[in-house]
Amino acid sequence: MQKQQIMCKEIESFDFQSGGEASSNLKNILRKLGVNSDLVRKTSIVTYELEMNVVIHSLGGEITALISEEELEIRVDDVGPGIEDLDKAFTPGYSTASNEIREMGFGAGMGLVNVKRYADKLTIESSKENGTHVKVLIKLF
Amino acid sequence: MTAKELVEKFELEVIAGPNLTVEIDGAYCGDLLSNVMARAEKSNLWLTVQGHQNVVAVALLVEISAVILVEGFEYDEQAIQKAEAKGVNLLKSSDKCYELAAKLAASGI
Repeated sequence: MQKQQIMCKEIESFDFQSGGEASSNLKNILRKLGVNSDLVRKTSIVTYELEMNVVIHSLGGEITALISEEELEIRVDDVGPGIEDLDKAFTPGYSTASNEIREMGFGAGMGLVNVKRYADKLTIESSKENGTHVKVLIKLF
Repeated sequence: MTAKELVEKFELEVIAGPNLTVEIDGAYCGDLLSNVMARAEKSNLWLTVQGHQNVVAVALLVEISAVILVEGFEYDEQAIQKAEAKGVNLLKSSDKCYELAAKLAASGI
């Protein structure tokens, strides 16, 4: 089944002002499409966590959402600097965030853990040279 | 109970009140945004010491009925502007988090 792009938004590094807008836009789009509220919530959490990862840890990136009749696909691509140790990044409580970021309530080391919990399928590729590329699939049924 | 009734009953300060007719259902206490995203439920009150603009983003996504900044902390100006624009209620209390939570629980929230 062909997927249709429903959102594509650029995310800037350290832009806390707009942080959360991609997730919020996507939430509104999904609601208008009649997606049920549990799935909208799951998708919002996944998108917000990934969006804030781009804001906090990357040099900027882009979030794209696609939908088919069966599933929703969230793609998050940033330009670096990459995740040094992917295994550690999935350990609850592990974070490389600065104290300043932690004081804001981020950097609890639960971001990717939350993404994994709500995604039906999650793939991450990350390198210093090519940045981080995340693909999440959420089944609609 | 609506947010407006809550404000009157518990003598809370309204910092941004664009949607005070909203109904409250339960409450969540926490300052780590990932936990709030994962655990707070729709229409919950959210008791926290975080007063920056990303609190508004999280409240909006989780559909929090009102944020209550406890222990006398202050909201950032950007948080207040964002809340007014997006329809998120921002309240304030000088109570400690546990004290306010206990009062809310005793009243049936």
